[in-house]
Amino acid sequence: MGSELLVILLLLPIVGAFISFFLKGNSSWFVGVAFSTLTILVSLLAYKALPADGFLLYKQEWIPMIGANFNLSYHALAFLMCLLTGLVFLLSMIFVDVKNIENPSKFYGLMLLSQAGLLGVFLANDAFLFYIFWELALIPVYFLCSMYGGENRVKASFKFFIYTFVGSLLMLVGIIYIHQQGVTQNFSWEIFTATGNGLPLNEQIILFAMFFLAFAIKMPIFPFHTWQPDTYEQSATPVTIVLSAVMVKMGLFAVITWLLPVLQLAADYWQDAIMILSVISIVYASCMALVQTNVKRLVAYSSIAHIGLMCASLFSFPALGEEHMGASAVVLQMFNHGINILGLWLLVYVAEKRFGTQDLREMGGIAKVAPIFTTALVIISFANISLPLTNSFPAEFMMFTSLFTSGSQWAIGLTFFAGLGIIFGAIYTLRMIQQVAFGPANETKNNNFKDLDWSQTIVMAVIVSIILIVGFYPNIIFNLLNTMH
Amino acid sequence: MIQNIWLVPLFPLIGFLIAGLGRKQLGNAAGWIASAAVLASFIVSVMIFFEVSAEGFKSIDVHLYDFIKVGKLDIAFEFRVDQLSSLFLLIITGIGFLIHIYSIGYMKGDVGFGKYFAFLNLFIFSMLLLVLGSNFIIMFIGWEGVGLCSYLLIGFWYHKKEYSVAARKAFVMNRIGDLGFLIGMFLIFAKVGTLDFQTLETLSFKGVIAEPGYLTAIAFCFFVGAMGKSAQIPLFTWLPDAMAGPTPVSALIHAATMVTAGIYMITRAHFIFSFSETAQTFILIIGLTTALVSATIAIRQNDIKKVLAYSTVSQLGFMFMALGVGAYTTAVFHVLTHAFFKALLFLGSGSVIHAMSNEQDIRLMGGLKSKMPITHSTFLIGCLAIAGIPPLSGFFSKDEIMMNLFIHGTYGKVFWVLGMIAALLTAYYMFRLYFITFLGEFRGGDKLKSHLHESPALMTMPLIVLAILAAAGGFLGIPEVFAHDAHWLHNFLTPVIEKSLALEPTIHHLSHSAEYIMMAVAVSVAIIGILLAWGSYKKFDAKKENKGIEKFFEDKWHWDEAYENAFQKPFMKMSAFAEKNIERKGIDGGVNGIGKLVEFASDKLRLLQNGSVGVYLFLMVLGMILLFIIQLLSNG
Repeated sequence: MGSELLVILLLLPIVGAFISFFLKGNSSWFVGVAFSTLTILVSLLAYKALPADGFLLYKQEWIPMIGANFNLSYHALAFLMCLLTGLVFLLSMIFVDVKNIENPSKFYGLMLLSQAGLLGVFLANDAFLFYIFWELALIPVYFLCSMYGGENRVKASFKFFIYTFVGSLLMLVGIIYIHQQGVTQNFSWEIFTATGNGLPLNEQIILFAMFFLAFAIKMPIFPFHTWQPDTYEQSATPVTIVLSAVMVKMGLFAVITWLLPVLQLAADYWQDAIMILSVISIVYASCMALVQTNVKRLVAYSSIAHIGLMCASLFSFPALGEEHMGASAVVLQMFNHGINILGLWLLVYVAEKRFGTQDLREMGGIAKVAPIFTTALVIISFANISLPLTNSFPAEFMMFTSLFTSGSQWAIGLTFFAGLGIIFGAIYTLRMIQQVAFGPANETKNNNFKDLDWSQTIVMAVIVSIILIVGFYPNIIFNLLNTMH
Repeated sequence: MIQNIWLVPLFPLIGFLIAGLGRKQLGNAAGWIASAAVLASFIVSVMIFFEVSAEGFKSIDVHLYDFIKVGKLDIAFEFRVDQLSSLFLLIITGIGFLIHIYSIGYMKGDVGFGKYFAFLNLFIFSMLLLVLGSNFIIMFIGWEGVGLCSYLLIGFWYHKKEYSVAARKAFVMNRIGDLGFLIGMFLIFAKVGTLDFQTLETLSFKGVIAEPGYLTAIAFCFFVGAMGKSAQIPLFTWLPDAMAGPTPVSALIHAATMVTAGIYMITRAHFIFSFSETAQTFILIIGLTTALVSATIAIRQNDIKKVLAYSTVSQLGFMFMALGVGAYTTAVFHVLTHAFFKALLFLGSGSVIHAMSNEQDIRLMGGLKSKMPITHSTFLIGCLAIAGIPPLSGFFSKDEIMMNLFIHGTYGKVFWVLGMIAALLTAYYMFRLYFITFLGEFRGGDKLKSHLHESPALMTMPLIVLAILAAAGGFLGIPEVFAHDAHWLHNFLTPVIEKSLALEPTIHHLSHSAEYIMMAVAVSVAIIGILLAWGSYKKFDAKKENKGIEKFFEDKWHWDEAYENAFQKPFMKMSAFAEKNIERKGIDGGVNGIGKLVEFASDKLRLLQNGSVGVYLFLMVLGMILLFIIQLLSNG
């Protein structure tokens, strides 16, 4: 026992999805909750089973003809991502009342399927398998986007699909190319990495760009981002949550496990360009967030700004042999961002539902009638702008330090412009709080605003607890990560 | 007790949780619980203070746990107990306690009573972290924490939109400063890989932190942080607006404690600032300018709290002047006395506002002396103290600042003259306020008049205690000229900044007679200020409009409008323009435009089933080209 846990972890949501498809009515909600809980439990068990070197490997030949394997790998980073995935699905399923979901058996089935795809992305230790899961995660989400949500959802989700699909295609071409160059022509991570690094610089540069585009679209980074505000605005909130809390992390995760180790020469080459693009992303998205009147678009742009900082930090690696502080920080921040944005979306969901609009100008005046909602909104919003003693402060501090000490000739300028994001973040986030919750109470509209019910309160309590525990004691996560080395 | 220093911030944290979570059930008890929490911290602080005062005490770092320990980054959650931090503990918990008690009376009946005390306790907790941190990170945690509490308490009455806006302005301006603080930390960390005060001090005095230019850059960055928190030009306009919060908040946060964090930080980081004369001169000039500008604004304000707010900005300027000439203990001395008399004045104004049914316009007041005897006499003590009338506390600390300016370098005497002008204005605006508010006839109409009453004992007791402190606090720093080696505060704090003091070239003391003459000048200036105010306001004409330069002062030099026109408006316009033209028309519009084009072409050619696929492919290629262009530019 040990490595089989990984297979179980993968199979669980798939089994759940099938059960859910065959059930009728609201009972599929239980399946969704139960299997998401199981996911969390098994990912914890698998973490317990990690051997001393920190890598739990499952190896199985799959399609020997082309050298594809069903290889899975589990380590602290994968654990953190699997845990996040489980938490995000579980908490959002509990929070969003099943009564508000049309056709629940299909909904929860698709949700579980996308969960399986996501877990696969985090576990795969074989390039071909990774690609399969990468696509598998996309398809159910695409269906969810086009079936649930606003008026223009079909157009928006098609745009989203094409964007990411084009990226995936580029990546596929890259994967096949590297595979062909290998002596043993095998997709397994070890051989794939050796082959990739054996390539001459000019080939690596092009391959790197192809891979990075696929990942940059997913994150997204300016100027590949225009799918995101549209999709977030139009999708049903639970789907938006899957996208923004977990799916965008696929891009960052892939950079860490599939891009930087595989094409090391090109990583050096592209470093400055990507850092600059990421910082442009921060400033640009922050400016966009400043002028949004739609709450979902505002959160979408805020997320782009955050991801921009993570991407910049990921590429701010120091000279060879030195510890890459930025990478540790990004891992922590991927988790934090997932938790924080989950909380924000859930509150946006409530606000949208109760106010009947996404327009910030028509909200407000509910702090008195909905104190739990308001308290949660204030805490999570401040976590979103990295106030100290919330979870994202230590991560953000380290990301900035990494950016500053990266040794790039642009380091000071990049840090300064990325730092502007801190100020803009405060402006648009505080404006959002104020417009959603504060201001004069409008007799007719706002006084009927119902506060969170007990199950929603519990979900918020869990999210806020995670924010504060990690905020007060960030080393709790770093202690987990230290098993990686 | 020192090893149990964590108890000091723990009590208010617990108080915050109890008052916050149980605010509905607790009712009025929330106020007492919160006060008790601060009292407990105060008691522990006193015990620690005595241990620190003991002969031969050396600073102690109390390690709680590893905050971040990954790779070469090692940041401990650690408290530093020394003379400086223990003194600030006393100020924060002592005055904090008095203001908590006062608040029970002041906030009685407010719907947010429990929430108010929860926030107040959270503020005390953050402020304690700020002064206790043994490295820049822990200090920064407190630094932003107090900013949060300030935001929450300024916007406490959130149903008024302008209050929320004021709260946001305070937070954002502080964040601008915080970016400076952060970059300062990055600069240090990049050079020496640590942020621990003790280690940095050692490194700095060994001369290994960096060359002077680099140190100046660090000092500038941190000073930007101090400008934000301590409301110095150009980041000062948030503080007057912060008066939107309940008055005890103004006393505690926006006068006695939080706004002095900048002074504390610079004193704590003396090992950086002492090495950069450029930065020190800059601080001196900013402090002086701020002191003068805000004093001129204060002389023409008609809102009782606005006068005190601009006065606070001005007094903070005095403290920065002291820091600018390297007189750290003098700056802290003024922090201490200012905490006494300004807390007193704010609480006194709160008492007045309370009696006036929340009216803050002094033109509607007058003659309150007879109706509110305790408030009146304590307020008068506060006015005398801030004006610098001996032997009240403000005289001693301000005189020390002036003395230090006078002997500072070539232009010292010029600074001294300008400082004296600010002191003259101080005496003038404070007594203008006093005469208009407390003397003469009541101008607020019969309805308000029938309401007038002295505040309850819960509010007057803190006033009396603070009045005693404001009157006697100066004796903690008796100048050399009066008695040899009697400056207790200086002797007490010397161990903290010993090394910086040693850097100073032999201080040429003034002769005793010269010092006496300067003191006489200072006292005369204060009396002239008071007499001028008496001349103008013994009979007050509430209807008189300000004209010319007076109007300009009343309009606060138009700082707010200038910022709005120079930054806010253009920036929002630019963003809106970018969102319309770059985001929607440019990037997205480009996508759709090419989409149509390809659709059209494919319609003819039937090359592609769906035009959009081509569009997005095309966009990808464009993106790749862009990437390459940036790469080329950045490598070139």
